[in-house]
Amino acid sequence: MAPLLEPFEFAFFRHGLIVATVAGALCGLIGVYVVLRSMSYIGHGLSHAIFGGAAASAAISFNFYVGAGLWGLASALLIGRVTRRRVIGSDAAIGVITTASFALGLALVNRFGAVRKSVDAALFGSILGVSRTDVWVVVGVALASAAVVFFGYRALLFTTFDPEVADASGVRTARVDALLMVMLALSILATMKVLGVVLIAAILVIPPVVARMLTDSFSKMLWLSSALGAGCGFVGMNLSYHLDISSGASIVLVGATLFGAVFAVTGPRGLRRAAAVHV
Amino acid sequence: MTSLPRPLVRLEGVACRYGRATVLEGVDLLLRAGDFLGVVGPSGAGKTSLLRAVLGTVAISDGRLWREPGLRIGYVPQVETVDWSFPVTVAETVLMGVTAGRRLPWASAAEKQAVAEVLARLGLDGLGGRHIRELSGGQQQRVFIARALLRRADLLLLDEPTSGVDVRTRHDVLHLLGDLNADGLAVVISTHDLNGIAAHLPRLVCLNREVVGCGRPDEVLTPEGLERTYGAPMEVLEHGGMRVVVDQPGRRAVPRRRGAR
Repeated sequence: MAPLLEPFEFAFFRHGLIVATVAGALCGLIGVYVVLRSMSYIGHGLSHAIFGGAAASAAISFNFYVGAGLWGLASALLIGRVTRRRVIGSDAAIGVITTASFALGLALVNRFGAVRKSVDAALFGSILGVSRTDVWVVVGVALASAAVVFFGYRALLFTTFDPEVADASGVRTARVDALLMVMLALSILATMKVLGVVLIAAILVIPPVVARMLTDSFSKMLWLSSALGAGCGFVGMNLSYHLDISSGASIVLVGATLFGAVFAVTGPRGLRRAAAVHV
Repeated sequence: MTSLPRPLVRLEGVACRYGRATVLEGVDLLLRAGDFLGVVGPSGAGKTSLLRAVLGTVAISDGRLWREPGLRIGYVPQVETVDWSFPVTVAETVLMGVTAGRRLPWASAAEKQAVAEVLARLGLDGLGGRHIRELSGGQQQRVFIARALLRRADLLLLDEPTSGVDVRTRHDVLHLLGDLNADGLAVVISTHDLNGIAAHLPRLVCLNREVVGCGRPDEVLTPEGLERTYGAPMEVLEHGGMRVVVDQPGRRAVPRRRGAR
């Protein structure tokens, strides 16, 4: 038992564990909407776009959250606007905006080699260097997101299920869509340090898909996905310490194992439900 | 002298375009309270676009469209367009009818009572906890009608409500809509089914991008009117006081003059 409790003696691990657990719950919550709206590519692209902001902030020694946050919000709103107006296809819009942002980040990494270490952490996730500020940021974003989902539950559900009729029924769907994009951008920003840019999309997808395999109810799916995400974060972070692998990789591997286990237990019913999810 | 029912929606010279493709052109139509109207026409005639223009989800590119201020419109989509795998129960779907302005995620006692009443009225009592995929085709249609009723809609728009359902279900849906119309709900249905649905409605609009004809079934379901609407020869027979449309695949259509109505 003692070896399992050993990492809790270190403040950096405790911080990392809190961030990973809350980040898992947050991604599980937001991921339900991401999956049901077939937006996982947006989540994937947005994490890459924010990387550009993170690299730029590091290059000019600007605050990570402010720089990457503004960059991420601008990217999220731009993607949402282009997608909604159907100026070009949403996949094309995401591809252009996010890969350009990612490429800019890489260019800055090449130009300013000194920021390479922190950028590696942003790419693959690391529990080293998780500060008290990071804990407060992820807890704050999680509470804000929970409040948005609570008070906007019906509008979010109607807009996700039937956006056209929701719009005609008086729901401000444009505002709901923009709010969801902002929540997604903030969630990625808050969880980037632990989960990493490259792997964050997996945590946005795996808990909701597993939850979908277990229930046909939307409200239960929200609860389950959040709980499963938190569990993946908690277990994955502990494994990360003991196996000495990156936190993002271990959290995603725990999620993938969970997916396989639930897939085996739920059988054809789970298969049918999961097959109906278009990510 | 009896006054006419109040107007709900008025279209004057309405046109709709998707890019360069014109789907509706010069459409004039007046919908009044208590109307029960069918919209018929071939595939691609603009039936769904007309319903969506009335609903307000398709922008009109020309003309004028007026809706009574505060008009509540319920919309029943084509079953093929609904994501039946979405994780939502019957009660959750119906409750979407009272979304705007609501703050709490759960239903109040009054809302639960209202959902139970509307489900019972539509023969869906006891099915509130079921997933929407687990219902029959007719029951699935009723779920969306229930959503509109919970919203206290003044006008109900149904897009092909009987496509892919059996004869019994078609009769049930038609009778249900007749009952709702008798209670004062204005109903507009788009349909391909000339004999099973359109011939039984009090008023029809024949549409082929533009309004080709409008009136009672005996006025518009004529060989000439149908050929102008569908571009194919059709015969109209009388059977038990009802009009029965029979197509004539062996005969060629008379070429339609450009611009002719």
